[in-house]
Amino acid sequence: MAPPSKRRPGFSRRAQYGIFTGYVIAGAGALLGAVLLALSLWRPASFNGPRTAAHDVVAPVGAASAEARVDGLSLIESIAGYLRAGSQNAKLKREVELARIRLVEAAATKQENLRLKALLGLTESDLPPVAISRIIGSTASSARRFAYLGAGRNDGILPGMPVRSPRGVLGRVLEVGATSSRVMLLTDSQSVLPVRRAQDDVVAFAEGRGDRLLRIRLINLGINPLKPGDVFVTSGAGGYYRPGTAVAIVSSLTNDGALAQIISDPAATDFVAVDPVWQPKAVQGAATPAEQELTQ
Amino acid sequence: MSRKPLKLARRDQYGRRINREHLPALAYGVPYLSIMIGSLLPMLVIAGAAPLVPPLGLMLLIAWRLLNPGILPVWAGVPLGMFDDLFSGAPFGSAILLWSLAMIAIEIIEARFPWRGFVQDWLTSAMILTAYIFISTVLSGARVNGAMLQAAVPELLLALLVFPFISRIVARLDRLRLMRVKPS
Repeated sequence: MAPPSKRRPGFSRRAQYGIFTGYVIAGAGALLGAVLLALSLWRPASFNGPRTAAHDVVAPVGAASAEARVDGLSLIESIAGYLRAGSQNAKLKREVELARIRLVEAAATKQENLRLKALLGLTESDLPPVAISRIIGSTASSARRFAYLGAGRNDGILPGMPVRSPRGVLGRVLEVGATSSRVMLLTDSQSVLPVRRAQDDVVAFAEGRGDRLLRIRLINLGINPLKPGDVFVTSGAGGYYRPGTAVAIVSSLTNDGALAQIISDPAATDFVAVDPVWQPKAVQGAATPAEQELTQ
Repeated sequence: MSRKPLKLARRDQYGRRINREHLPALAYGVPYLSIMIGSLLPMLVIAGAAPLVPPLGLMLLIAWRLLNPGILPVWAGVPLGMFDDLFSGAPFGSAILLWSLAMIAIEIIEARFPWRGFVQDWLTSAMILTAYIFISTVLSGARVNGAMLQAAVPELLLALLVFPFISRIVARLDRLRLMRVKPS
């Protein structure tokens, strides 16, 4: 049997009015939501204040849970390590031998670089990071890809600063609270990053797709020179990111470029470094449409 | 006469019956508090490159509303959605709108199909969650492409499969809500 309807509470006027008012408030609330949504789609920075304040409040909880998350990951990794210790050991020995050879090659290249830079009169501009922090959370159930850091304005972080993990570029700071900040990850579909292929100067844009992949769009269209396995690094164009930081590995080719896996997956990241903007003057001076997308 | 029935007469699943009554803070606070924690959890638990964690706040809201229609008013989606918007990463206002619409939708579905049963509840939640995940993807402020909608599918499937579990949790929380702890 169907239960009696809540909408007809009997002859009590008060109960009837109460139900009616509830519907009115719900409808008005939905309208309010629609207006606020339209406002924040039109001006994405409209509600930064309350949002960053709220994140500052939960940042300590996030820091604790980040620690637990990383410990849990390393526990699983060490168990998995026991299960395939033998074969892994043999493989690692081979890899170390190769790596030693590459290291010597890299040392040679470094020396040559130094010599060439000395010729050009360039100085090494390896700025120390502004802050080092944990990733304390991310928007794991939303279509937008943001992560939150446990450091903010008090540590000197400003919007626009690049964020990198030991493996490579993670994203860019979007808004800053007192003790927390919001980072747009590379995989967010609003993220555009100028990159070049590591071994030569094939330049491209790496755009987020909203899933785990980046879309590499070549600037010079023509015969697609990319191959699966190519590594892309930041090119430094635009002035935000220091050149030469690893970004992505090509996994499959498309008509105008490729799809690439990000190298620095936020799920596998513990501590991240927030770098100062590489060339603030270039950022100020840049007014090309691609840069407007970057600074959005 | 054995002692057991007497003991049972003195206490039930909500605690002692003599000299104890429900705590208003618990009875009214637990639903709201659990939904707010549900809004926070996806942010704290995992940091991934793609969306994966189901929208726990909305799922808890639906589960509370379907399990116990009397405790959340129709407009509960407004304040709770506002809280969710602070943490979900979606543009502010998105959850206020969609959660309110979800509450109104449940009201309409209940008027149209007044019978109750878990399968019907699951279907209702499946419908609302599907609509919510795709609409919030479209209204996320990003350029929408096929890949984004595809990336939402695993999250959706997980949400549909996890819903029965969430409603069991809500049933447990409902018992906690009605615990008689206050001396009368």
